[in-house]
Amino acid sequence: MAVLGKAERHALVDPIFDNNPIGVQVLGVCSALAVTTQVQTAFVMAIALTAVSALANVSVSFIRNSTPYSIRIIVQMTIIASLVILVDQILKAYLFTISQSLSVFVGLIITNCIVLGRAEGFAMQNKPLISFIDGLGNGAGYGVVLMSVAIIRELFGSGRLMGYQVLSLTKEGGWYQPNGMMLLAPAAFFIIGFLIWGLRTWKSQLVEAE
Amino acid sequence: MQRNSTLYTISFAAVVCVICSIVVSGAAVLLKSRQDRNVLLDRQKKVLAVSGLLEADESIPPQEVQRRFEERITTKYVDLREGTFTELGDTPGIYDPVKAANDPASSTALEPNPAQVRAVPHVALVYEVRDEAGAADQYVLQVWGNGLWSTMYGYLALDKDGETVRGLTFYEHGETPGLGGEVDNPAWKALWPGRKVFDENGEPAIEVVKGEAGSPEEDPHRVDGLSGATITSKGVEHLINLWMGGQGYGPFLAKLREGAA
Repeated sequence: MAVLGKAERHALVDPIFDNNPIGVQVLGVCSALAVTTQVQTAFVMAIALTAVSALANVSVSFIRNSTPYSIRIIVQMTIIASLVILVDQILKAYLFTISQSLSVFVGLIITNCIVLGRAEGFAMQNKPLISFIDGLGNGAGYGVVLMSVAIIRELFGSGRLMGYQVLSLTKEGGWYQPNGMMLLAPAAFFIIGFLIWGLRTWKSQLVEAE
Repeated sequence: MQRNSTLYTISFAAVVCVICSIVVSGAAVLLKSRQDRNVLLDRQKKVLAVSGLLEADESIPPQEVQRRFEERITTKYVDLREGTFTELGDTPGIYDPVKAANDPASSTALEPNPAQVRAVPHVALVYEVRDEAGAADQYVLQVWGNGLWSTMYGYLALDKDGETVRGLTFYEHGETPGLGGEVDNPAWKALWPGRKVFDENGEPAIEVVKGEAGSPEEDPHRVDGLSGATITSKGVEHLINLWMGGQGYGPFLAKLREGAA
């Protein structure tokens, strides 16, 4: 960490817990519901979002001083959309099966509030390097929540982790009756709710004063 | 030039757009051949799997997929209106029956039907699978129809007798994971082999039911549905019966049963 100054370190680490985009700002929840029934797809989704967020932040930051104020949001959207298509194309070429299971959700990174939120809220005011790190940090924060939700849903919903059978299912002669609700979107809502509760209990400074 | 002047704004937007479009189209062009290969390979794998030439948990390198495919499978074209094998004219690229079905010029429109298929192509793809001795053993037919959320695209492998199911698999669908998505479950797919798609009058007769269905010998037309996925299960039933019917592969399969295809 010696190469990073204090500000960079904060940009990287803060979004993981103290300022987690899903847990604290409650952004990007839509995809957290959709792609978290399996750990593997959630992992690839987290990597894809991290890549888009970091690269979008760098690009937006590079041109921040020459971007006309009146069209800055649409410029950011154009950059983000191009990066998302790029990631989608790469997944289709190199990780075909996973890209099939992510289907439309990679494309929906375009509308993920985290990416635009960081581009507009951070990269427009900061230098490229620290913006890049901020993108990585927010991607990681999103990834941590996504992975936690996916581990719980895959384990209790289908008795598997990373596709390997961990709990033996009753329909195959084992003891575990899978909880079908875990595979439906509401389960992700409940789990994210519990995670936010847990996070706020652990980091009590996050609780707003009454 | 002033940063907030109209001219500057327009030229800035233009430059950003040009750069972004170069990146996007560059990636699309560079990765196209690789993506097409993936799609083709995936289809070939599914055809191998449905005809029993590839075990469910078997993972083999692309060259092996291609080798097995070329060794045992011939891609043939069937004119659905006549029910006979046909040749394709000079069409560029890989023939895609799904695309053909979307084009009124190369498809027959259907009456509203439970499978919600609007049209069937004039010419369909059929994979002829040979046994080890090289004689035609089974036919893999491409089928599709609506489930709950999505159109489910799959392959149905029929024995050379033209009525006994050898396998069923879906290569593309958007059903709910864990519920309708269980159409991919190997345990459910294993219920299909041995069922007969036609009754004694030659009418499509597959029925996906709630509760237990017997073994293929005593209950040849019925299959136990997926629990929690009634609409997806019914969708499978509808699409199979549609494609086995007179506007689908019916005429072709009738000829096959008479041994005249």
